[in-house]
Amino acid sequence: MELQTLTYLVVGATFALYIGIAIWARAGTTGEFYVAGTGVHPVANGMATAADWMSAASFISMAGLIAFLGYDASVYLMGWTGGYVLLALLLAPYLRKFGKFTVPEFVGDRFYSKGARLVAVICLIVASITYVIGQMKGVGVAFGRFLEVPFEWGVMIGMAIVFVYAVLGGMKGITYTQIAQYCVLIFAYTVPAIFISLNLTGQALPQIGLGSTMEGSNVFLLDKLDQVVTDLGFAAYTAQKGGTLNIFLLTLSLMIGTAGLPHVIVRFFTVPKVSDARKSAGWALVFIAILYTTAPAVGAMARLNLIETIQTGEIGSPAGNLVYEERPQWFKNWETTGLLAFEDKNGDGRIQYYNDGNPEFAAKAEAWGWEGNEMVKVDRDIMVLANPEIASLPNWVIALVAAGGLAAALSTAAGLLLAISSAISHDLLKGMIAPSISEKKELMASRIAMAGAILVAGYLGMNPPGFAAQVVALAFGLAASSIFPVLMMGIFNKKMNREGAIAGMLAGLLSTLIYIFWFKGWFFVPGTEMAPNTADHWFMGISPEAFGAVGALLNFVVAWVVSKVTSAPPEHIQHLVEDIRVPRGAGAAVDH
Amino acid sequence: MSEQTSGQAYWKANLKLIAGCLAVWFVVSYLFGILLVDQLNAITIGGYELGFWFAQQGSIYVFVILIFFYAFRMNKIDREFGVHEE
Repeated sequence: MELQTLTYLVVGATFALYIGIAIWARAGTTGEFYVAGTGVHPVANGMATAADWMSAASFISMAGLIAFLGYDASVYLMGWTGGYVLLALLLAPYLRKFGKFTVPEFVGDRFYSKGARLVAVICLIVASITYVIGQMKGVGVAFGRFLEVPFEWGVMIGMAIVFVYAVLGGMKGITYTQIAQYCVLIFAYTVPAIFISLNLTGQALPQIGLGSTMEGSNVFLLDKLDQVVTDLGFAAYTAQKGGTLNIFLLTLSLMIGTAGLPHVIVRFFTVPKVSDARKSAGWALVFIAILYTTAPAVGAMARLNLIETIQTGEIGSPAGNLVYEERPQWFKNWETTGLLAFEDKNGDGRIQYYNDGNPEFAAKAEAWGWEGNEMVKVDRDIMVLANPEIASLPNWVIALVAAGGLAAALSTAAGLLLAISSAISHDLLKGMIAPSISEKKELMASRIAMAGAILVAGYLGMNPPGFAAQVVALAFGLAASSIFPVLMMGIFNKKMNREGAIAGMLAGLLSTLIYIFWFKGWFFVPGTEMAPNTADHWFMGISPEAFGAVGALLNFVVAWVVSKVTSAPPEHIQHLVEDIRVPRGAGAAVDH
Repeated sequence: MSEQTSGQAYWKANLKLIAGCLAVWFVVSYLFGILLVDQLNAITIGGYELGFWFAQQGSIYVFVILIFFYAFRMNKIDREFGVHEE
């Protein structure tokens, strides 16, 4: 069957499945809308959390990031998984015991302050909106590349699908669609990876293949990769390139940022018991680890495949490079999308792909008649998107990758939209503006807020502000420097009071914002940066992305000092803290 | 034991367990994967240099085991102190 038709069929079938689930899992109460009635099995919640967490970036971009950064990409692998240890040990069980609907609600109750709740709502909305823009863009891009639908149409179709199951089903509908989406995306990710690993190393498990010898030789794959990249003037794949302090802090920022992202935390409000919340975090990480331990193999193998496709013979000999006219079909396919671009700089009709930024190697290359790197564009997303074609897999696998990319983007978008809409209807409307509102009215309001959030996200996805690429740093920075510390202190420091929490949140938030804006421009307006965004100008070599950990430290210190010089929290708050520390007595989440 | 001191002992046991787990969490990622990566890379397992393996594979496996270990131990501690859920 024609690839295009097949892709329509596979994507259409997954969409039909999501809508079917939405109709089956409608939400009838606010409890079902916000936390799926706390009836989700811990394994099912783990799977839903994995889909919630793994976005278009994890599915499409991460392997490519690893392919080009090598060892340095370990920060993402460790950072985006290690956060679950913090979540399971420090936050999830206690917040589940607390038994309410949203993260800002905990902050407001624990610190007996609407002001603190409002600051938490603002952090949540800024972090979630910035994150959801990327997902909506991802949906549009996936449609554009696989189905040749215009970008705007792609975003609108995605919005319509999310609208059906998120507005109808709330958290309940989202949970069960996320489970289906996880199955689609993990299958789509691992099948091509297994085939590529078999091709290159004869090992079916990519995790083993990455550490094995090349098929038919006794050279290890990673040694071979180090060899071919350094021969072409690139840095060795397994060697460290960045500064150690920055790698350390970036990993830490991503870990505590992950643990502090509200749309992830709220997933643990949906399980029946405190002990389920602990276990469920473990299951979530199992399902995430399947993809995250496969990604390094995909990255390394795809990089090797790409280089070996182009550098067919000895480096420097005139016949050692691929003749452009003889390039494989997948190369041509991805050229038409603009993800690969070739420019014959020396006019020899062959492709030279090397690091012309390395002066020593560039001089050598010039002597061979090479006049610059001719692969002028190698988009890193290609490493996942073109994988099935490079491994000559059947068309249905390619169609599956399209459905997988869409599943990853839609599932994350839905989780974020729920976090945003419940902050609006539950924290702002019910919590502050109209506390006497009936449950039926609140449910209606939450559906309207969801619809509004989808429209805003879709609009921003179609008209991304110029800073869209920068905002991921902002989302993680905010979660790490403001949300995680305030939650942790609320649980582990009984004497932490309102004044300390608010001062700490503001200190973490402002220091991190200012540090990011200092190097990336005030509100990301180009030209307003105070110093160039390079390692020489960073404070102690700490990049803006890695500053969240420092902001969190400032938050802890400021909060502790302020709480020492102000009055202790009231008696009933200290009892509340004692109560959330023990599992016994956790009921279904209750309204107040 | 009065309810108050039992509550404190339960919390202490929990904190001790958390501290132990976080120590392992720190060692496999920050120590093995980042700070000592060069030293560990002198050792190889198959084609993996050990430090590189911890950074891109091993730390993730240990994270998974850690969470289940914590959940399992806490269930036991919950029962010991009689604060488990029915």
